[in-house]
Amino acid sequence: MSTPAKAELQKTSLNAKHRRMGAKMVDFGGWDMPVEYTGILAEHMAVRTHVGLFDVSHMGEIEIRGPRALDLVQHVSCNDASKLAVGQAHYSGLMTAKGTFVDDLLVHKFSDTHYFLCVNASNQDKDYAHIVEHNKFGAEVENAGGRYAQLAIQGPRALELLQKFTSVQLAPIKYYWFTRGEVDGVQCIIARTGYTGEDGFEIYFAPEFAEKIWDHLMDAGQKLGVSACGLGARNTLRLEAGMALYGHEIDDTTTPWEANLGWICKVEKGEFLGREKLLMQQGIGVARTLAGFEMESKLIARDGYSVLEGERAIGTVTSGGPAPFLKKNIGFAYVPPEVNKPGTKLGVAVRAQMAAAKIVSVPFYKRAK
Amino acid sequence: MYPADFRYTKDHEWIQVSGGIGTIGITDYAQHSLGDVVFVELPKTGTTVKAGDVLGTVESVKAVSEVFSPVSGEVTDVNSELSTAPEKINQDPHKSAWLVKIKLADAGEASKLMDAKAYTEYVEEKEKEQTA
Repeated sequence: MSTPAKAELQKTSLNAKHRRMGAKMVDFGGWDMPVEYTGILAEHMAVRTHVGLFDVSHMGEIEIRGPRALDLVQHVSCNDASKLAVGQAHYSGLMTAKGTFVDDLLVHKFSDTHYFLCVNASNQDKDYAHIVEHNKFGAEVENAGGRYAQLAIQGPRALELLQKFTSVQLAPIKYYWFTRGEVDGVQCIIARTGYTGEDGFEIYFAPEFAEKIWDHLMDAGQKLGVSACGLGARNTLRLEAGMALYGHEIDDTTTPWEANLGWICKVEKGEFLGREKLLMQQGIGVARTLAGFEMESKLIARDGYSVLEGERAIGTVTSGGPAPFLKKNIGFAYVPPEVNKPGTKLGVAVRAQMAAAKIVSVPFYKRAK
Repeated sequence: MYPADFRYTKDHEWIQVSGGIGTIGITDYAQHSLGDVVFVELPKTGTTVKAGDVLGTVESVKAVSEVFSPVSGEVTDVNSELSTAPEKINQDPHKSAWLVKIKLADAGEASKLMDAKAYTEYVEEKEKEQTA
């Protein structure tokens, strides 16, 4: 049922803390990470209604510096980083020459000559190698994951909780902007970003302070209904919010057009890796696009299950499971574009049964503004 | 933790035999490993199963787990409450959240399974592997 922990698993600086808290630990892409503390449902609901605290120190950081730092970022990623102001971040894709995803990432602009990338944990070394390989600009590329711990504070009361520990005024920080400042006396990058569909912040700082900041946030958060949250809730929250997960909705066989991520694919910005292929696919049209669906049966669609339209197998579930806040069972699947319209009836092969589902618009969940 | 009058399988099912009827459920270890249970699928009464056959499915938020029959026989009753309250499996796995009752084809079959002491040791060994 579970994989025994292996000696070679990487650990965040909060590993012992998670174990002391009784978290259930799993091997997540080579990292020994908490999947849940009290239970995924309660943790999920805490983030939707109060505030949740996540250790996401496994996430990778790559820093790019130098006079041509922007040229390198522009060359390897599909969004238009020239549009970023200092203190602004955006979601983007690290591209192969085929226009598919090496990874998805957040690009933060520290200055005209310094960009800070947050990438998926298990892709960090691959991403770094890819960026270095395509660095024809003489930029300095640093694989900086070891220098940062990262905590995500997410939920309607995240601002109130984090504000207790910083003199930086958090309310004026706009969504997908960041600033640098002290949290609990520790120098941090404070970004109004997240992977839950809620308001919230992600803070990056030196790992030796992780336990102190974690403890203080948890203690002060008691009155605000804080819950420590594991990767289980992180996954159900991002799915409910309609966000892609690398290795599921996107990978090195999928393009931004197929993944409904055209909004991060700025072919008009000029040359970048994969642009030719992406222009070609834009002209021809895609053979499949990512669809969100909800189950009309009680059965739960899971990753890898076949999706049918009538008798015809048309795709595979990329992520599927319960949406705890919506109290529905939902999922993503790639289907032919002509099928991908809200209301289209699908079948999902669940064990020996055909379970009824229908395509719905994404995101499944959108928070009230 | 694990009732002395139950027998246990390596797949973490329990069975309590009384008067030729075996009541079957999943153990506390199983519910804890699964996490929040959100869906249970059980066989129809009258279904005949052999020991080791899939008896049903228990799904948590993150995982699907098949339940294997510890014994051979005929399903005489299923716990229909679990279809509307699957979370009972987390709350009371050894009692009110039983899954099915089976009329035993072979009265001696269950006694070959682990007793509470052997199962407790088995589970402790599993937990050690996980924290190693």
